Formats: sequence, structure tokens, C-alpha cells
Amino acid sequence: MEIKTKFAIEKLNLHYGSFHALKEIDMTIYENKITALIGPSGCGKSTFLRTLNRMNDLIQGVIIEGTVRFDDMDIYQNSYDIIELRKKVGMVFQRPNPFPKTVYENIVYGPKIHGEKDKSKLDHIVEKTLREVALWDEVKDRLHKPATGLSGGQQQRLCIARCLAVEPEVILMDEPTSALDPVATSKIEGLLEDLAVKYTIVIVTHNMQQAGRVSNYTSFFLNGKVIETDKTEVIFSNPRDKKTEDYITGRFG
Amino acid sequence: MNKKNAAFYGFIGILAAITLAALTIIIGYILMNGLTYINLEFLAEEPRRMGKEGGIHSVIIGTLMVTGVGILIATPIGIAAAIYFNEYAKGGKGVAVIRFFTEILAGIPSIIFGLFGFAFFVIFLGMGWSVISGGLTLALMVLPTLIRATEESLKTVPMAYREGSLSLGATKWQTIVKVIIPCCKPGILTGLILGIGRAIGETAAVMLTVGGSLRVPTSLFDSTRTMSVHLYILSAEGLSREKTYATAALLIIIVLMINITANLISSRLGGTYGN
Repeated sequence: MEIKTKFAIEKLNLHYGSFHALKEIDMTIYENKITALIGPSGCGKSTFLRTLNRMNDLIQGVIIEGTVRFDDMDIYQNSYDIIELRKKVGMVFQRPNPFPKTVYENIVYGPKIHGEKDKSKLDHIVEKTLREVALWDEVKDRLHKPATGLSGGQQQRLCIARCLAVEPEVILMDEPTSALDPVATSKIEGLLEDLAVKYTIVIVTHNMQQAGRVSNYTSFFLNGKVIETDKTEVIFSNPRDKKTEDYITGRFG
Repeated sequence: MNKKNAAFYGFIGILAAITLAALTIIIGYILMNGLTYINLEFLAEEPRRMGKEGGIHSVIIGTLMVTGVGILIATPIGIAAAIYFNEYAKGGKGVAVIRFFTEILAGIPSIIFGLFGFAFFVIFLGMGWSVISGGLTLALMVLPTLIRATEESLKTVPMAYREGSLSLGATKWQTIVKVIIPCCKPGILTGLILGIGRAIGETAAVMLTVGGSLRVPTSLFDSTRTMSVHLYILSAEGLSREKTYATAALLIIIVLMINITANLISSRLGGTYGN
């Protein structure tokens, strides 16, 4: 089967004021694959992730150079519709951030914003996405209760469902399990494989075992640079760069 | 050390007791003197002989109209300004200047607002002594409180909600209307109560802009009289001790009722915040 490119990043540089956070990054992200971004804290992996749906635009004083092509279109061109981009490239955050609304309202928030008004369609979206994240059976009787009453793991799966509800092509995950307990973490990891059938996933993780377990490709970041990117098994068994090896074997980080 | 501690607690306790006592005595004194004169006649009849006799029906209507108009004008402007300061123009120099002036506005004596309202709305814009002149003047007075309260509550909305909404492809405006403002309802409501409290009790500014007609206002351009103004005139001119206290008692009751209602709504709205 031919592997298609979803994101092609070339010579990406990002500055926060005087801080050079991302340096000359080249990377390819493949469709329907899970790409893990690993590296020590502050190495730029989250910042990189946020360039893919232009969330860095929210921060003042950020300067971005280079190209980020999504389906062959440069998303940093002025004419690129940022709303369309974020519809297609969803995001799940480090800490579960359901809105202080009901479970149901959280999920239909995205579809409603994009113009879906039909009640039966919205109901269908709610059930479908909650099933996709294996949350339906746990919350079907409390759809109209505040989402903030769910456990942390449930909240995070709800946030994934909320993201799926706008039918994205890519899901960006910024350490989605770092605030969760091991059981909730394994549930989310179990989900990723199923989701990768339909979606392209880019996941930032602190946890190298997690990267090894869930991803097809792994990219190692250090001090704002990509040291190497390869198939996950290659990175973990036979890295080209000494620094990657040192990090993976736990010599620093 | 323990002794010091005990003395300190004692001192704080005394201060708290003084505050509570002052409040109870004032409210109690007014209610005791006024409640007996409040009856259906007092509420439903128009004042006669400059308020010496009869009720204060037209004055109640006037109070509600002037306060209502003021709040209705101030609320959308205040909320919009707070949203602009906090969500759009964050940290800009212009905002710092505007905010500085808003703070000053909050500290200006009400009589100055009255003079401005008189010169600008009543004379210059030709609105005359009227509900609308008074409402506009009160709106200016209430704005700083409202802006401040709304801004404070906007600041408590976690950044994560904004990011969550934007990441789903929502525009900034959709995020503000559908996620942020609903989170801020209790805070905005608090601002409104404080604003209503200030507006309903205002005397000097209202006297200069609304006038003192005792007739029931039938349009926004009629002059009328608010309860605070009525109270002032009754007592300053020594017209009727009992009517003065009855009016004062009613004013306190209305203010208390507004506070209690708003608190109930606020506690019902609140409590949906996550971590």
C-alpha cells in the first residue's frame, strides 16, 4: 500500500521574541499513521505540534519561517483559511479541557459552530463519536449532566470525541495521558490504534514506552532541532544518532 | 505569642461586630420607623401636596424607569468594553490609558456626573429633565463598576477553554459568545447588582438630570422623581417625617430584594466550573 504524505514541513523556524524555539525543522507526517514526537522538556515538541494547526498564532511575538504543507497547501500563506485548517486538524490537550457544559453539548459544540442544526444528526454524532472513544456505555445515561463531573480519563476521551465530532483528518495530541492514571492511559493508548485507521495522529509524549507502544514513526527532538525521524522500531532498536540512543537508553532527559 | 494571637483575634472580632452592628442598626432603625407607614395606599396612590400626603406610586415608577434605562444602556456597553479590553486589546498601551480613565471615572463624585449630565444631555442635546437624561447619566456612573466586574470574571476563565474552542475551528467571536460569556454570567451579574445598587441610590446626579416631577412618566422624555430624590426633598424640606421613613424603608427593601434575587440566580448559574 502506498503511503501518502499528510504534512510536509520544510526548514521551519520559530522564534518567541529572542528565543529560537524551533530550528530548521524538516519532517514528513504520513497519512493514517501515528507519529510520536519525543524529547526532553522544553525541546520544542509541543511548540512544533502547535504549528500544525496554527495554535501558536495565539501567542504574541511569535515569528514563524519556512513552510508547513498540509495536503500540498502551505498553511502559513495568508490566503489559507485557518478555520478550515482547524476543522481538519483537531487537537487534544495535555489536561482534559471539557467546556463547563453537559457531555452532549461538549460534543455538539463543534458541529453546531460549523452549521449543523438537525437534532437527529447531532444525536447521531454524539453516539457515534462516544462509541469511537469507547465512552458511550459509561456516559449514555448522563449525556445531559455536566461534563466536569466525569473522571479525568473520561474527560480526556470526551475531548477526543469532541474533536472527532467535527470530522477531522488529523488529530494532534499534546501529551494526552500525562495527567491521567495508568488505567485511563492504557484505555487511551488502546484507542489510538483504532483511530489511526481513519485519522492521521501526531502525538507528543514524555513517555518513551508510550511512543514505542503506540506509534509507527518517531521523531526525536532536542533543543529545538529534530535529531532524527524514522520508523519507531528503527529509532528504538537502531538509532543513527548517538544523542537519540543516549536519550532512549535513559542517559539523559 | 498565644496572648498576642488572642488579642489580635479579639480585636478583629470587635471590628467585625462593629461593622455588623452598624449595618443592623441602620437597617433596623429605618425599617422600624418606616415599615408601619408602608401600606397599599402608600404604594398605589400618587403623592399629594408635594408628598406630604398620599403615596409614592409615581415615584416608584420613576425610580424603576430611570434605574432600568441606566442599566439597560450600561450593560451592553460595559460587557462589550470588558470583552474588548480582555480578549482583543490585551496588554496594549491604549487599553492601559482607557483603563486608567475608567478607574478615575469610578472615583468621581456623583454631583460632577450630575453637572455633566445637566450640561450635556439636558441642555446641549436638548433632552430636558427626563428619564433618558437621567438614565444616560447613571449609565456613565455605573460603567466602571460593570466593566471591572466583567473583566475580573473574564480573567478567571481558563485559557484551556479558549484553546479547546479555537482548536475545533471556532472563531474568536464564537468562542467568546458560546464558551467564555456563559462562564462569566455569575461575575457579570455581580457587576449588575453593584451597578443597580449605585444607580438606585443615586440622588445628586439624578436630581440634576431627571428633575423632580411627581407625575407618572409616560415617556422617556418626561421628567420624574426617583425615591432617593423624593427622600432627599421630603427630609430637606421637612415635609413629612413618616413619609420620609416609609420611602427609605421601601428603598432598602427593594435593594435587598434585588441582592437576594441576584444571589439566588448567581448560585444557580455557578458551580459548573471544572478544574
